[in-house]
Amino acid sequence: MLVLGQDEKAKYPFLADAGEYLKDKGFSLAQFGNDPVLKLSVEKALHRIKVAAAGEVYKSDLIDGQASKDYVLEREVFSFLLAIVLIKLTGMSTLVKRFALAEARRAENYLEKDLGNASNKSKIDLATRIIYDLFNIEIIKENDFFIIPVSDYLRHSVTFHEREWKLINRHVENGKVFLTPDKTVRLIRKELGNYISSKIINAPKPSMIPGLEKIVDELILISKKLTPTYTIVTGEYPPCIKHAIDVLEKGENLPHSGRFMLATFLLSRGQTVQQIAPLFKNAPDYNPRVTLYQLNHLAGTSGSSTKYACPSCEKLKTQDLCFITKECDNIINPSQFGKKRK
Amino acid sequence: MNEIDVKFLEDSFKKYYFNHFNLITTPGRTPEREFGYQKFNSNFFNRHISLKDDKELHLLFMQNIPSDVYCSNAYYAFPNSPMNEKDWKEADLIFDIDAKDLNLSCRKNHTVSICNQCNEISKNNNECIKCNSSKLEKKSLPCKICIEASKIEVSKLSNVLINDLGINQEDIHVYFSGNEGFHVYVYNSQFQHLGSKERSELVDYIMFHGAIPETFGMKKFKPNRSLFPDFDQKGWNGRFSKHVYGSKSKRSKIISELLANGYSSFQKILDDISQQIGVKIDPNVTMDIHRIFRLPGSINSKSGLTKILCTNIAKFDPYTDACFLNDDSVEVLANCPIEFKLKNKKFGPYVNQKISVPTYAAAYMICKKLATIA
Repeated sequence: MLVLGQDEKAKYPFLADAGEYLKDKGFSLAQFGNDPVLKLSVEKALHRIKVAAAGEVYKSDLIDGQASKDYVLEREVFSFLLAIVLIKLTGMSTLVKRFALAEARRAENYLEKDLGNASNKSKIDLATRIIYDLFNIEIIKENDFFIIPVSDYLRHSVTFHEREWKLINRHVENGKVFLTPDKTVRLIRKELGNYISSKIINAPKPSMIPGLEKIVDELILISKKLTPTYTIVTGEYPPCIKHAIDVLEKGENLPHSGRFMLATFLLSRGQTVQQIAPLFKNAPDYNPRVTLYQLNHLAGTSGSSTKYACPSCEKLKTQDLCFITKECDNIINPSQFGKKRK
Repeated sequence: MNEIDVKFLEDSFKKYYFNHFNLITTPGRTPEREFGYQKFNSNFFNRHISLKDDKELHLLFMQNIPSDVYCSNAYYAFPNSPMNEKDWKEADLIFDIDAKDLNLSCRKNHTVSICNQCNEISKNNNECIKCNSSKLEKKSLPCKICIEASKIEVSKLSNVLINDLGINQEDIHVYFSGNEGFHVYVYNSQFQHLGSKERSELVDYIMFHGAIPETFGMKKFKPNRSLFPDFDQKGWNGRFSKHVYGSKSKRSKIISELLANGYSSFQKILDDISQQIGVKIDPNVTMDIHRIFRLPGSINSKSGLTKILCTNIAKFDPYTDACFLNDDSVEVLANCPIEFKLKNKKFGPYVNQKISVPTYAAAYMICKKLATIA
C-alpha cells in the first residue's frame, strides 16, 4: 500500500480511503449538509462534477501540486470524496463515467508532470509506483524515455482508435516500447478512469443527507440532458458489407472472416438466420446445413449462447475487409454506419 | 475419393506412423492441449479431445488412422469441454506463412483446376474447359520458387521477432507445414497471455500495416528533415531507411524528394512498401487463440508430406526432407499435367496414363486428386 503525503492525496485523491480520511479529520458526512464552513467543500464538489459533466478537466487550487495552506489541500480531498457521495445519491451512471474520466485526466496531468520531472527522482518513483500498484505495469526510465514491455503496451493501447497508438507507430526494440511521459500516462487513462469509476460504483450508497437534496436534483437534471440517443437515419449498408455481398453474389469466395463480418453485421441489424442464410448460396463451398449451423451459432441460438458482435473497423482493416469511404464518418464499427447522434 | 484410394492412403499413412513415432512427439504440457483429427472421406471433425501423453497420442493414430491430426497452441483447464467451457489459460504465438499468399507469378504455372461438376483436370483455368462450369477446385504443386520465397518471409519474421520483440532465437521453432509453407511457433514469450485483439495489433506490426508518416519523421505542417530515420537505426525505422533510401549516401537526396512530394504522397509510400518490407503472414491464424494446428510429425493429407521441424531452414528441401512415405511401387492412373520432383526424382507430366510409381509419389498425386489407384 502506498503511503501518501497530504499534497499527494490532493493530487491523487482516489488513492485515499474515503471513510478513513473523514474519520481522521474528525468529520461525519451529515455535517456537510448543514455546516456553513463545510458548505464550501460541497460547492467545490458540485463544481467538480459540473466541470466533468461538461467534458472539461477541473482545475484545482494547487499550484505545481502544492498549496500554501493545509486547508486548501484538505478541501481538495474533501471535494473529491463529496463529489462521489453526490454522484452516488443521484444514481446516474452517466455522471459516474464522466466524472471518472475527468478525474483520470486531471490525475494524468500530475502523473505526467511527476514523470517528466527529471530533477526529482522521488516524484518519478512515486508516479511509477502508482502505475505499478494500480495497473501492474513495470515502467523503467531510460534517458528521456519510459520503456514498458510490448505485451503491456498492447493490453492498454488496444482500445485506442487513433492510428498513432498502433504498435507500428511506436519505437519498439528488444521487446520493449519507448514512450514519452505524456504517452505513458495517456496509455493508462482509461484504466485510471475505470479504477476511479470502480471506486465510485463499489462505494456504499449513503442515505440522503439533509440539506443536499437540491444539489442532487440539479445533478440529476444535468445528467439527463447528457444521455445521447441514437437513431438510424439510413438503412444503407457500409462499404465493407456491400463489398462482401457483391463478392458472394458473383459466386466468388469470401474468406471465413468476411462471412463472419457479414453475418454478425446483419444479425445486429435485426435480420434472422433464415433471412441471412440464402446470401451464402452462391459461395463455391456452399452447404446449407453448415451455413445454418454457423449462423445459429453466431446468433447465439445454438452452442454457447454467446451472441457474436460485428468486428471493429480496425480488425477488418487488418483482415483486408475494409473499403472505407467518407460516408463511414469516423465510425469504429460497421454496425454504427448510418446512425446519427441526436 | 474412392475407397481403394482411401485404403491405399490409410495403409501408407499407418506404415509411416508405425515406423516414425519418434518424429511425432506431443508438445509440452500435453494434458492442457486440445487435440483433433479427421478421417479420409469424412466431413466430421473430431475435436475437443484431451490426451495425457505420447502413448495416448500414438494409440489415437493406430486406432483411427487419421488423414490429419491437430493440436491447439492454447492451453486450457478443461481441453475436452465445449469451447466456452474450456477455460482458456494462454496460447503459444503462431505464424502461418503460405506460398499461396505471396502473389508469386510462378503460381499459375503449377496450379491445376479440377472441375467440381465433371472432374475434368486442366492447367490453371477459371472455367472448366469441358463443361464451362465455374465451380473449380484449385490444386497447387508448389515449386522451388514458392518454397524459397516462403523461406525469405520466415527469415524476415525471425528478424522482427528477435530484434524488435525480444524473442530468444531458441524459442522460435520453424516447421514445414506439409504443403505450401511454414508454421512458426514462438514459445515462452511475453505474449503467451495476450488475447485476440492484442495479437491482431502484433500482426499489424509484423506486416507493417497502419504506419503513419509522423512515425518516420514526416509531419503535416513544418516538416523537418532531421526527424527522418537514419540508415542504421533499429526496428522499422532502419528497415524503412534501407528500403527507401537504398544506401546511406542517398539519404539526404531522397529526404529532399520526400519533403517535396508532401504528406499524402508519403502516406502512399508507406502503404505501398508494406507489401515489400512487411512480413507476409496470414493474419487470421495468429489472431485466433482457439485454433488447432496440424501436429508436428503428422502427415498433411493435402500432399502426403510430413509437417516437420526445420533445423536448418536455408538447406531445407521439403521434397526430400519431409517426404517419408515408402518407396514400394504402386500402379496408378495419373492425370497430372504438371511435373513435380520428390526425393530428387522427377515425375510427370502425365495425361491419363497408367504408370508405376513409388508410394510417396502415388500418395502425393492421389492427395492432390490427380491420380487414382489403377
